Amino acid sequence: MQEQLQKIKEEGLNAIYAAADGKALEELRVKYLGKKGELTGILKQMGKLSPEERPVMGQIANEVRSALEEAIAECQKKLQKAAMDAKLKAEVIDVTMPGKRRSIGKVHPNTAVMNIAKEIFLGMGFNVVDGPEVEYDYYNFEALNIPKDHPARDSQDTFFVSDNIVLRSQTSSVQARVMEKSTPPLRIISPGRVYRSDAIDATHSPLFHQIEGLVVDKGVTMADLKGTLETFFQKLYGEEAKLRFRPHHFPFTEPSAEVDVSCFNCHGAGCRVCKGEGWIELLGCGMVHPDVLRTCGIDPEVYSGFAFGLGLERISMRHFGISDMRLLYENDLRFLSQF
Amino acid sequence: MDLSMRWLKDYVPYDQDIKTFCDGMTMSGSKVEGYRREDEEIENVVMGKVLSVEPHPDSDHLVICQIDVGGEKPLQIVTGAKNVVPGAMVPCALDHSTLPGGVKITKGKLRGVVSEGMMCSLSELGLTAHDFPYAIEDGIFLVEEDCQIGQPVTEAIGLDDTCVEFEITSNRPDCLSVLGLAREASATFRLPFLHKKPVVKGSGGDIADYLSVEVDNKELCFRYSAKVVKNVKIGPSPRWMRERLRACGVRPINNLVDITNFVMMEYGQPMHAFDLKYVKDGKIVVRNARPGEVITTLEGVEHPLSESMLVIADSEKPSAVAGVMGGEYSGIADDTNTVVFESACFKGSSVRRTAKALGLRTESSSRFEKGLDPEETMEALLRACELVEQLGCGEVVDGVIDVRGDIAPREEIPFDPDWINNFIGIQLSKEEQERILQSLFFQIKDGKVIAPTFRVDIHNKADIAEEVARIYGYDKIPVKKLTGEGEGSLTYPQKYQRQIEQSLLANGCYEVMTFSFISPKDYDKINLPSDSPLRNSVEILNPLGEDTSVMRTTTIPSMLEVIATNYNYRNPAGAFYEIGNEYIKKGEGELPDENPQVTIGLYGEGEDFYSLKGIVENLLDAGNIPHYEVIPEENDPTFHPGRTAKVLVDDTVIGVFGEIHPAVLENYGIGVRAYCAKFDLKTLTRLGVNEKKYKPLPKFPASTRDLSLIADEKLPIGQIEKVISEAIPHILEEIKFFDIYRGAQIPQGKKSVSYSLVLRAADRTLTVEECDDAVAKVLKALEGIQVFLRQ
Repeated sequence: MQEQLQKIKEEGLNAIYAAADGKALEELRVKYLGKKGELTGILKQMGKLSPEERPVMGQIANEVRSALEEAIAECQKKLQKAAMDAKLKAEVIDVTMPGKRRSIGKVHPNTAVMNIAKEIFLGMGFNVVDGPEVEYDYYNFEALNIPKDHPARDSQDTFFVSDNIVLRSQTSSVQARVMEKSTPPLRIISPGRVYRSDAIDATHSPLFHQIEGLVVDKGVTMADLKGTLETFFQKLYGEEAKLRFRPHHFPFTEPSAEVDVSCFNCHGAGCRVCKGEGWIELLGCGMVHPDVLRTCGIDPEVYSGFAFGLGLERISMRHFGISDMRLLYENDLRFLSQF
Repeated sequence: MDLSMRWLKDYVPYDQDIKTFCDGMTMSGSKVEGYRREDEEIENVVMGKVLSVEPHPDSDHLVICQIDVGGEKPLQIVTGAKNVVPGAMVPCALDHSTLPGGVKITKGKLRGVVSEGMMCSLSELGLTAHDFPYAIEDGIFLVEEDCQIGQPVTEAIGLDDTCVEFEITSNRPDCLSVLGLAREASATFRLPFLHKKPVVKGSGGDIADYLSVEVDNKELCFRYSAKVVKNVKIGPSPRWMRERLRACGVRPINNLVDITNFVMMEYGQPMHAFDLKYVKDGKIVVRNARPGEVITTLEGVEHPLSESMLVIADSEKPSAVAGVMGGEYSGIADDTNTVVFESACFKGSSVRRTAKALGLRTESSSRFEKGLDPEETMEALLRACELVEQLGCGEVVDGVIDVRGDIAPREEIPFDPDWINNFIGIQLSKEEQERILQSLFFQIKDGKVIAPTFRVDIHNKADIAEEVARIYGYDKIPVKKLTGEGEGSLTYPQKYQRQIEQSLLANGCYEVMTFSFISPKDYDKINLPSDSPLRNSVEILNPLGEDTSVMRTTTIPSMLEVIATNYNYRNPAGAFYEIGNEYIKKGEGELPDENPQVTIGLYGEGEDFYSLKGIVENLLDAGNIPHYEVIPEENDPTFHPGRTAKVLVDDTVIGVFGEIHPAVLENYGIGVRAYCAKFDLKTLTRLGVNEKKYKPLPKFPASTRDLSLIADEKLPIGQIEKVISEAIPHILEEIKFFDIYRGAQIPQGKKSVSYSLVLRAADRTLTVEECDDAVAKVLKALEGIQVFLRQ
């Protein structure tokens, strides 16, 4: 009987290791380990053995059984792996083929830059305020120290709706509205559309955007103005951006300044981009004129403030390297999809 | 303002390089736009002496000249000019020389004879006979200046000045002058200011025997000063005057005209010189124009005058529009003998209005309208007379006419160095502040600052602070981070708008920006009836053109333009949105309502009404519009009557969307179907429910029942869904529409619509009986609108 068991083990193991697929393996399992299998057949003869032989044979028979079972399990695993390998190999695709994109829209380049600007100013404690685009002459000019016949009106060719209503030529109009309604401390920006009767060309448009800034509080100085704008532009353009404050004149600020940024192209050496100056003009700003504060009901002896106004298109065109302003209002998808 | 550096150095001993000058002036407030040397385009052109002039063997009109230019041997130059004579000094462009306009001169042959360069005419040097009145324009420039052989021509004729171009702000008319900029330069570079007051010797006589002046309107004429010069001798002015004028961009004419221009450039004070013989009765009246009066100006154009305009008249009629332009007989002519020099100051706003009304902007008017210093007229007048004597071009009659109008008194401003330091954010000593102010000719007396009269822009403490700050240097003001209270956040409507925008972006729409003004013809293009209230737009009085002449009352035309543009660029498809205002006119003198609209535009293959509706549904979902109803809109003339819907929330229309009417598409040249939607952002913001609450996820399974229904063709699907949801409100979780079918097996005029109903209860698993019961209820309710189960 021992020999029979040994023979089953040898034959069985050889056959199992030679099995080509899962089906053959299953047949072998039935043949050796099944209810009518060879090993079962031998075990049925155990009864004929003497009580001394029985445990010995039993142990051997169990060893044979587990050897066969282990072999079957091992081969099953191998065959499964081979099948998986074959499947994976058959499923190879070309990963360099283009992806299937879900269409998503994009914001206009002006909005993209406006959002950056808003975030920087929100972080500096500014709130965002809107104002009307069709505006009283009073808020656009008179309250800002620009009476009728003031020569400064020449530099802003204004669209008129009536004698006393204009399309606002500057977001500064919101300054007066905000100061009239609220009490300091004030810290706001007011972005929006402004209008000037400039014919459309590569650098002009009758409609463009400005971001007005206004801070009024006790003890606000020109040093605060410099710090605020420097923080803003370094966040926008990077730490290396240098600002230059130049004396200028605006009727509603005193002192007034124009601000230049060091040329991105030549870093101040002078090149074609900056017309040899090393600086590029960015914006106008200054300390809010005491007359303007007074007109809006704020006592200039108690409070001081600064204001600035920057052109959004100028910044977004530079930000994205756009050379012609007309592209911004033409809305060609081939343009809009680039940003 | 173009400044001659040569002229500036008459008054300020500036000796550093030009770049330092430009940077320094820019940083102290006089912005330099650029500078140019007069000789920058001329290279290798020297003075030569003509030794001989011989005929050309092969040409009748050419001559061969030998010219000594200081070299080892004379140069041979062939020329066609007729005026070259031996002994003349001429400018010679040598081999490899450059002339204005980039002209290059090299050695060559003319009719077989070698020519080693070129003799230059005035125009070849960029000049005219106005610059050198003794020379002719049609021939070689025979130089009569004191010069040497071989000397660069630019040096010999004084064409070596540097012109600096300034951008002067409107508050500083005093800087539109050589003296004004010299004062700024003196303060900026801490240099002495070397100007002396003019001195007039006089030649006897009494001005009263020649002229009387009456100022009727003293509000518009602050001051009128005049002197008389007799026995004038008209001729060219000296070179030093001509070259200074030329460098400042003023063309020399003759000595008297040049003097008026010279004084205007030097003092910034416009000056008028006119012939006394045309002043009827020797009487000048400064008055408002009378009704019906006209004036023919210097250029020979007749202008009607209005009563608000100030004129200079004689006893009969106006001879000049005050501060703007003289009349046709008021100039200087060759037979002029006695001249009146007028130096006056008129009210800026009045000059501005008049010049604008007449369409005459002159050098004089643009200076007056900025507001000039009335105290300056007399010194400028005396300077003109000093120059007359210096140039020997006339005899100055003794006495002066000086009528003063209503001149506002000068303000005294408290001098408060601490306030200035606190306002600017600097720490400058009182002494340093005083030094700066005094360098700008401010006086400080008893704690008060008195600005010089020419500083018409100084009125208050902040103005004084600016003076201190700009001369100290804006770049030296410290940079300080903003401190103090400040809490920045977006308002609810601003956040809501971002929500809406994000939904549109996620749905593939590109943001566009369009002009807020449109053409009134756009209302025709979108089919608006002639009595539509939307045609009542805010109109621009001075538009750039008709295309941009009214503020839009609807954003649809702007969106259609965007679609048309993209269609014309052959972009195969597009999805767009804009958040922009509509402007709805209110009462006279009132501002219009500005209503921001969410406008969507869509076109291209695969897009239809339902793809737009999908975007709209997502938009309303993102905007948290809780319950809304979509009903057909058949009456909007811009849209397809059968493919348009409006969205209602409790009877309020919050928006419209649909296919654009084919006729409208044709008007915009759009050759494919296009779709638009428009929602009022303020309404959405108001209706949007900002609260979002978690609903527990279902614990019990759902059951699904599919229903195929037969309905009348005309019955809107929305109505079926409404009846179903109302029939089983508690256990109906979702109605999923999955098919619509017309054709075989379906009776004519009917359609088959299929739904999956998802049924679920929150607290138990629904039994089969409950579900069947629910379906029975639904079918019963549907019978009410003649909808039946398909057999």
